Amino acid sequence: MSPGCHDGGGGTLALAAPHIALVGAPNAGKTSIFNALTGLRGRTGNYPGVTVSRFVGTCRVGPDRYVIEDLPGTYGLRPVSPDEQIVADALDGHLDGVQRPDALLVVVDATTLRRSLGFVAQVLARGLPAGLVVTFTDELVRRQGALDVDALAEALGVPVLAVVGHRRHGIAPLRELLAGWRSWPVPVLPPPVDGPERDAWVDSVLGFAGYRAAERHRATQRIDAVLLHPLWGTLVFFAVMVLFFQTLFTLAAPLQDVVAAGFDRLAAVVAGHVGNRWLASLLGDALIGGVGSVLAFVPQIMLLFLLLALLEGVGYMSRAAFLMDRVMARAGLEGRAFVALLSSFACAIPGIMATRTLPSARDRLATMMAAPLITCSARLPVYVVLIGLLVDRSGRIGPFGAQGLVMFGMYLFGAVSAMLAAWAFKKLGDHRGRLMPFYLEMPPYRLPSARSVAITVWDSAKSFVYKCSTIIVATTIGLWLLLNLPLHSAAQLQAAGVDPGDRTAVAAYTIDHSYAAGLGRLMAPVFDPLGFDWRINVGVLSAQAARETFVATLGQVAAADGPGDSGEALRGMTYADGARAGQRVFTAPTIAALLVYFAVALQCMATIGVIRRETGTWTWPLVAFGYLTGSAWLLAYLAKTLTGLLTG
Amino acid sequence: MVGTRFTGRQDRPERANDRTLAELAPGARARVVRVVAPEPATAGRLADLGFTAGAVVQVLRRAPLRDPVLYRVQDYDICLRREQAAWVRVVEEVEG
Repeated sequence: MSPGCHDGGGGTLALAAPHIALVGAPNAGKTSIFNALTGLRGRTGNYPGVTVSRFVGTCRVGPDRYVIEDLPGTYGLRPVSPDEQIVADALDGHLDGVQRPDALLVVVDATTLRRSLGFVAQVLARGLPAGLVVTFTDELVRRQGALDVDALAEALGVPVLAVVGHRRHGIAPLRELLAGWRSWPVPVLPPPVDGPERDAWVDSVLGFAGYRAAERHRATQRIDAVLLHPLWGTLVFFAVMVLFFQTLFTLAAPLQDVVAAGFDRLAAVVAGHVGNRWLASLLGDALIGGVGSVLAFVPQIMLLFLLLALLEGVGYMSRAAFLMDRVMARAGLEGRAFVALLSSFACAIPGIMATRTLPSARDRLATMMAAPLITCSARLPVYVVLIGLLVDRSGRIGPFGAQGLVMFGMYLFGAVSAMLAAWAFKKLGDHRGRLMPFYLEMPPYRLPSARSVAITVWDSAKSFVYKCSTIIVATTIGLWLLLNLPLHSAAQLQAAGVDPGDRTAVAAYTIDHSYAAGLGRLMAPVFDPLGFDWRINVGVLSAQAARETFVATLGQVAAADGPGDSGEALRGMTYADGARAGQRVFTAPTIAALLVYFAVALQCMATIGVIRRETGTWTWPLVAFGYLTGSAWLLAYLAKTLTGLLTG
Repeated sequence: MVGTRFTGRQDRPERANDRTLAELAPGARARVVRVVAPEPATAGRLADLGFTAGAVVQVLRRAPLRDPVLYRVQDYDICLRREQAAWVRVVEEVEG
């Protein structure tokens, strides 16, 4: 086991505090209860040795602290997946490093109470002190249902509380209930968990509690008639996808440019006010540039997350999963994986985090291995520059601009290769383990509260900035140092025939003799077959921090060769040495190789970090890095050869 | 299957009409007889989801690509793939 595995460990939080676990079905509203109790001070981690995220937080009631653990959602305690095994083991105290809960809080949705009582029976039979939280009671009443909560408590023999989590109704009484957990009873006679006896027990409990089931939600029925219709449903689905990508291109990309431009100006101001040229560049290019390259993504990440949170909150994501399940099944995945891959078009990090909704651990791994192949927004600026070099702006194929078509092709290439990768990883892991049955609950359409949407968006933005900033800023500074060291004294420069007063010449000389150039030349045997020269190698190296820095680095390197338009400079760049000296670097085959390399290679340290965190081991990030970088090289070589044959 | 049908109205479902949930068309209603899954754990899970003997299942709609299918059981909506639906033996409820 690797160090740092226990970051979510409940034991480190508060040893003496009572440990209360939340259990319930996936859509019962467990998470909003957890958030309301812990006030978003929850910490995530992993259960030891498995790809299952663990959520632990503390709740204060008066002077007392309670450790609240949000166990993975499940419909039953007879596990059919490793994740559900966690729930069963946690309740029995069979989980290494995880303390057995002192008491359980069972969360059930009032509108699905008939089904949920079977689960309640299984939980009560575990012999732990238990309390019941009934959610969505407002919706039950709105849909002409009825439930007497006090009578339900009497029938079950445990305390029952109605809580409308997203409106925060009943949270104060819930905290009081929590404080009195020691008086929660363990049912003397555990309810039957199987067969006709269980059904009879459920009937008698419901009868005693005066339960009347909610009527079918009329609006849901009517909306589903359109949204799940073979024709209209498919059209709406494509319209939603178009909306998603329109947001990405027409709103998010310009926002990113605005933030990036702001940071460029800030860097220029800093550079102008700091006397020492070296320090000015370190502050301006490396520090502000690094922070800027992270923050430039925040507006669009938040925008896309807002869209995803709205679609999820309303209930459309379950419908999208329903519509896409058959397509995802081709890659051995299921509908929910589509949602994770869709998020990856914004950024692989939220996409990988979204795999938490997948009930099967094997599906989750396959999706994580595939997600980095989806064209994320950091690849976009790189593609724009490279396609600009490859295809003439005015070129047309039929009614479409050639540049746009190549861009579309790159997105398609990313999506198709992601599906292939998922299929391969699913196949590889298939010979062991049970086949996971597929089922997906379709909740009624609900208007999400502004609060819950805001929490989701804020949470994702926060974790994005937190995860990325340290890694990207550190890598940017490291690369800057590599590009600018060693220092050259005026005497050295003059000895080399460079005028120390000529900034461009000095910059060119510094980069040419930097450690980075040394590394770039060292990598030459690897990238030579792809047609990359040492300057591109430096760019590829810098892209390892975050892909979009490739553009800036290449611009820096090209501009150092001669001032002026960096696009023109790149176009005219020639090999400095070797057999191809004097020939142009950016020929069609080289650009094609670069495009394919960027499409496939795992060049994002933040993605590696998040895979490590989600899987709890270094194995999977290393597998992802190895297979993606290896195939990137092979496919780039193939692309270069093919383009070379086509263009002669 | 038609051959075993009685003619005329009846208020009692036919035993001979025992088939799987996957064979039913949207709009049909059926009563679960038993769940026969390759593994006990999966059969147990379908029971946890509400597919218990005697439960009434309504077939709501098929996905545009025909799989999965949306069902209503125990007052809520859930979709199953054809493969899982085939494990649920049902008797179709005749309207009227």
